[in-house]
Amino acid sequence: MMIGVMLGEAWHAMGANRMRTFLTMLGMVIGVGAVILMMAIGQGVQYSVNQSIASMGSNLFLVVSGSTTSGGVRMGGGAAPTLTLSDAEAIAELPNIAAAAPVASGTAQVINGPNNWSTGISGVTPDYLEVANWELADGYWMADSDVRSATRVAVLGNTVAQNLFGDENPVGKTIRIKQSPFIVIGVLAPKGQALDGRDQDDTVLVPVRTAQRQLLGQQFQNAVRHIMVQAVSAEAMPQAERDMNDLLRQRHRIRAGADDDFTVRNMTAMANTAAETAKLMSLLLGAIASISLVVGGVGIMNIMLVSVTERTREIGIRMAIGARKRDILTQFLLEAISISIAGCTIGVALGVGGALLVNHLTQTPIVITFASIALGFAVATAVGVFFGYYPAHQAARLRPIEALRYQ
Amino acid sequence: MQAAPLIRISHLKKQYETDAGPVPVLHDVSLDIQEGEFVAIMGPSGSGKSTFMNILGCLDIPTGGRYELQGHDVGQMDSDELARLRNHVIGFVFQGFNLLPRANLETNVALPLLYARIGKSERLERARNLLTQTGLGKYAESLPNQISGGQQQRVAIARALAGKPRLILADEPTGNLDSHTSQEIMDIFTRLNAEDGITIVLVTHEPDIAQYAKRLVRFVDGHIVHDGGVHEAAA
Ligand SMILES: Nc1ncnc2c1ncn2[C@@H]1O[C@H](COP(=O)(O)OP(=O)(O)OP(=O)(O)O)[C@@H](O)[C@H]1O
Ligand SMILES: [Mg+2]
Repeated sequence: MMIGVMLGEAWHAMGANRMRTFLTMLGMVIGVGAVILMMAIGQGVQYSVNQSIASMGSNLFLVVSGSTTSGGVRMGGGAAPTLTLSDAEAIAELPNIAAAAPVASGTAQVINGPNNWSTGISGVTPDYLEVANWELADGYWMADSDVRSATRVAVLGNTVAQNLFGDENPVGKTIRIKQSPFIVIGVLAPKGQALDGRDQDDTVLVPVRTAQRQLLGQQFQNAVRHIMVQAVSAEAMPQAERDMNDLLRQRHRIRAGADDDFTVRNMTAMANTAAETAKLMSLLLGAIASISLVVGGVGIMNIMLVSVTERTREIGIRMAIGARKRDILTQFLLEAISISIAGCTIGVALGVGGALLVNHLTQTPIVITFASIALGFAVATAVGVFFGYYPAHQAARLRPIEALRYQ
Repeated sequence: MQAAPLIRISHLKKQYETDAGPVPVLHDVSLDIQEGEFVAIMGPSGSGKSTFMNILGCLDIPTGGRYELQGHDVGQMDSDELARLRNHVIGFVFQGFNLLPRANLETNVALPLLYARIGKSERLERARNLLTQTGLGKYAESLPNQISGGQQQRVAIARALAGKPRLILADEPTGNLDSHTSQEIMDIFTRLNAEDGITIVLVTHEPDIAQYAKRLVRFVDGHIVHDGGVHEAAA
């Protein structure tokens, strides 16, 4: 009963000085809004990074042609085609290696009747499906015999299937790639974005020899763009990397002291770094936003102190007619908490709205969790109690006559 | 044997601590006030009347001596018990009215009842009744600054009466009012004393006002120099 009345009084006091209440709340609104927005963005980034990593396959190396530095001239990864199918076969024989999947890739126009779509074509071997962590949504995966005889079969990524066939089932249909007919034997389950933001589903997979001979017009018949290599375990990765380096230097007849003509990238380590970075960024954003929340709290304390001073006579009057210390304390605390919670509610609304707007404008993924909203409210209430307590205590401590005499 | 007095003051002392050292204001004041009395306190400015009233009203604490209210030693009470006394036993009326400027009259009058933990509907009903009795029923929703000083003092009296006190302490209640309005206020006090048996102690500078009381106490320099009938000492 008492609390209800006190709340009413708190509203009254807030309404009595709207501008001041508004300015105090503004600190809270900005603080909580910033926390919600920053957490939504931070967690969104973390979510999409983790999502990409989960889609990537584990214990993974990417071996690309070309060295990062070659005789002082930087060459783009995969620029000079030095890796071959037999390199991949040799890597697969190494003890710590589970599988090696060579990829020969290029782009081409893919046509189904009136629909055509420009996409990445990857020539792969049967191991690729597992190494690259793909799943089939429909149809079959290619077999060793498809690679050996360079058959014209294709497995479509989800984006390509959508663009060429819409709702129709592509399996068993014939498409044309660079004038040649290919039979669609399967469709991949969608994966979404890669770490670099590329659409992983915008791809067509064909047997590697078919790609080399009929689609890519390679200078060297056996060349592949890169090799995806899966180690048997995370622990085996350092040894596997050394073995691979030795093997490839030997196979490519690179003399001691000369630069590599290939680069081995530890994708798992890169992914972990990306995940760490995303987490750190998320934390940083949260920390920065929390500071504004604290600043908002200090604003509340400031206003409450002014309010207590301004209303010292009122406190005296209330005490003179029977208010106990506790009543005064409750009144001012409730006022502080009301301001923080009202500010917090507006802040949450603005934060969520802002996050949705950011998502709408930039396509950045956002994650708004109940936890971040609950956290915002909890912090706001705590800030209200914490920063409201001191002035409230100051007010309740006064002797009635001191408060009444206050000018 | 007489019943215990409502107020028993013995050897009361009060000094204020200031930057320039202690300022003694009340020296060894002793006084009994019985239930149902109507006492006027007079004396020159600075003689310690307000200081004395504030101690009677449990708004301030003495530096020495003993104050018993309804037979209980006020010096032994904690702040919650003092708050309860101010709420239930004492009604204080100030020279400057001391209404809450942002609350309407009804809310002002009902405020003591809030601290007495009385339910909303009863609170408002009692506040309205009190306002009606003091002739201000139709101003229940007005703010204090929308009515005259005399009317504000009536609201303050209504508020003092809300907790059904046995004792009303009024420090120069008519000090800010013209003589006609002062008479109206004094009529209210007289009626409360005569009809409801409420004990009244009031401070005034005006002999006319003191005439309403039945007993006069005169302070000079923190001492009581007269205690007796109103007629012999007035003037
Ligand atoms: N808070 C205080 N601190 C220091 N001295 C005070 C304080 N309050 C009052 N005094 C001093 O105590 C003395 C008595 O003051 P008090 O207000 O009791 O007088 P009073 O009889 O009510 O006077 P008046 O008729 O003018 O209202 C005065 O000399 C005053 O200066
Ligand atoms: Mg005085």
